[in-house]
Amino acid sequence: MSVLLVIIGGFFGAICRFAISQWFISRTKSFPVGTLLVNWFGSFLLGWLFGSDPGENWKLLIGTGFMGAFTTFSTLKWETVQMLINGEKRNAIFYLVLSYCFGILFAYGGYLISR
Amino acid sequence: MIYVVVGIAGMVGALLRYYVGVSIPTAWLWGFPVGTLLVNFVGSFLLSWFATWSARPSFPLWLKTGIATGFIGSFTTFSTFSVDFLKLLQHHAWKMALLYFLLSVFGGLLCSWSGFRVAKPTVRKGGV
Repeated sequence: MSVLLVIIGGFFGAICRFAISQWFISRTKSFPVGTLLVNWFGSFLLGWLFGSDPGENWKLLIGTGFMGAFTTFSTLKWETVQMLINGEKRNAIFYLVLSYCFGILFAYGGYLISR
Repeated sequence: MIYVVVGIAGMVGALLRYYVGVSIPTAWLWGFPVGTLLVNFVGSFLLSWFATWSARPSFPLWLKTGIATGFIGSFTTFSTFSVDFLKLLQHHAWKMALLYFLLSVFGGLLCSWSGFRVAKPTVRKGGV
């Protein structure tokens, strides 16, 4: 049962992230807005889920499955490394600061709203 | 069609992440989120390695997107990092929170950079 919930969530989480990043890639070439928004939004919703404590099944479906697959860490790092390779040091730092500061803030915001 | 490929690969990625999380309980190492960190490190290495290695026109795009965006993208997670970090703060584990943050930022970058270097060890002088 747990496995089923995780894979259903993972299926839709991955597709949603792909759709959002495709939409943004065709519009903003210089900065990975898609990954940034996905990670912010996912952090906010997971914070909200953590605070509302809806029970184990929802946590597996929405938290581990959907939000886990929807947000991504590897793409964030790879995009940053590519910026560094291209000599865009400022962009890379800006991207990391935005991702982490607002990611954590949004998670906290979601948590506060659910209480 | 490509959406289905990404979705199926995403299922596998999420499931593997779940298994790592289950097999490494957080009680291990005083509540430090080792599982998330491990998954994110391994995934960061794999993604940059794979993206560099598969960067040639002959490599089928659906397979590349499936593995990179679907599988590795879903295997790693940012939302769990954010909430793990909040949980550490909530338990007043300041040092552990700081360590987790720094490891995630710089360790993740190092893993990603290493993957790139392994796929593309040196650029020879004079081209090629």
